[in-house]
Amino acid sequence: MKKVLTTPVFYEDIKDLRTGDIVYLTGYLTTGRDDVHHRVVHEGLTCPYDFKDMAIMHAGPIVKEGEKNVMVSIGPTSSIRMEADEAAFIERTGVRVIVGKGGMGPLTSEGCKKFGAIHCVFPGGCAVLSASHVEEIETVYWRELGMPEAVWVMRVNEFGPLIVSIDTEGNNMFVENKAYYAEQKEKCEAPIKELVALYMDVEQK
Amino acid sequence: MTNEEAKLILSERMERFIGLAATHLPDDVLEKLAECRATETNEMQKTLYDAYFTNLELAKKMDRPCCQDTGLMHFYMTVGAKFPYLGIVEEALRDAVHHATYSVPLRQNTVNYFEERNTGDNTGERIPWIHWEIDPELDDLEIITYFAGGGCCLPGNAKVYKPSDGYASIVKAVFDTVSDLGINACPPLIVGVGLGTNMENAAVLSKKAYLRPLGTHHPHPKAAALEDALKEGLNKMGIGAQGMRGNTVAMEVHIESSGRHTADIAVGVNVACYAHRRGVIRFNSDLTYEIPSYKDADAYMQGTNRTNCAE
Repeated sequence: MKKVLTTPVFYEDIKDLRTGDIVYLTGYLTTGRDDVHHRVVHEGLTCPYDFKDMAIMHAGPIVKEGEKNVMVSIGPTSSIRMEADEAAFIERTGVRVIVGKGGMGPLTSEGCKKFGAIHCVFPGGCAVLSASHVEEIETVYWRELGMPEAVWVMRVNEFGPLIVSIDTEGNNMFVENKAYYAEQKEKCEAPIKELVALYMDVEQK
Repeated sequence: MTNEEAKLILSERMERFIGLAATHLPDDVLEKLAECRATETNEMQKTLYDAYFTNLELAKKMDRPCCQDTGLMHFYMTVGAKFPYLGIVEEALRDAVHHATYSVPLRQNTVNYFEERNTGDNTGERIPWIHWEIDPELDDLEIITYFAGGGCCLPGNAKVYKPSDGYASIVKAVFDTVSDLGINACPPLIVGVGLGTNMENAAVLSKKAYLRPLGTHHPHPKAAALEDALKEGLNKMGIGAQGMRGNTVAMEVHIESSGRHTADIAVGVNVACYAHRRGVIRFNSDLTYEIPSYKDADAYMQGTNRTNCAE
């Protein structure tokens, strides 16, 4: 059965979600990436969009701008770039759901645990699929940052799939996976190194 | 046909072809991706592949780029020495990229070094990137287009090793690249390995390696065995699609090589994401063309987009 989160999202709604769970989002989803994090965390500006109990997406969309702005394409960008600032961003804004691509690090998992938030992965490269779940771009803030960096406020319907990568306990799927892959690497390399052990020998004609 | 006429024709056809290649995956990649999908058994991996394929269908139906990162345009060219319009090709390709940026549309990704300003139309210093090879006998022009996206360019690296490091250095370079930054580059990946004399020679060959049709092998049986062994070994790590634990991280591993200095082993590793937008188009000497990489290319190419674009 489809698990759908509807904004505003409260701690109660997400506290039982665990890494690997798949959810969808209905309500509002608002973009914010490098520059938005910089403004809020380092320049001390208050974001004109109130992220309290709402959802942010690390994404730089292609928007067809006109009387009515149309979302052409919105794929997630690599969340790891926001790692240094995300915990402080959660603290300042009260954002509950972070959507992006790939994992985030231990600073963010600490922040998610402390302030009751989750990070979710939307499949990379699926820009048309995600745009098809955007019903409307309601408004845009900080447009002067450029199209990819601006704050686009979208109304979305069952936006997903979103795979929980950090939960409210601070479990972090990607940190755990990386450790697992590091463990596997040597074992998987060994037979191939054996295969090529004699490759430096001169071939007989 | 005058050079001016030829330039316009080539530029319009390439603009349209860029649109085709941004919105569709080539036949061999689609087929391989379906095979990768079949290897996955867990719920999360199945969900990811469902999203991949639904997205690809939507992109085709809605005529939109299948991935928002349409990269920087790279053209890998093989031109016959007797091709009559050599002088206009570069300018025609720049025009095509400029127009395609608005008509497809492509994301505006190109920034020149030091100016650090977005050029707005995906042309820039030496961009589109054009790599030439000459065939002494032919009179035609083959162009391979590639959208070099940010995420899949990031893991790439090239390094020169000592002979005492042996071929094991190649194995290590491949595993390090894929298991570190490769997991964020939208697996399942096509892994290109270039073995050369020095760093840049190995790097170029790593690019040519992943541009090879999928499933082809290096002509030397030892290299072909290494391609298969690397693919199998990488997939045993359990990385899967999106680096989220599954059975297939590498669609293929391709190796290309040149002669090496007896004192060096140069290794380049370059990865391409699952949205492997590698288009192949061949122009005859009269600029008629064929498109071997997509079976349903004709219908798309007959459409136009230059007329209704706002720049």
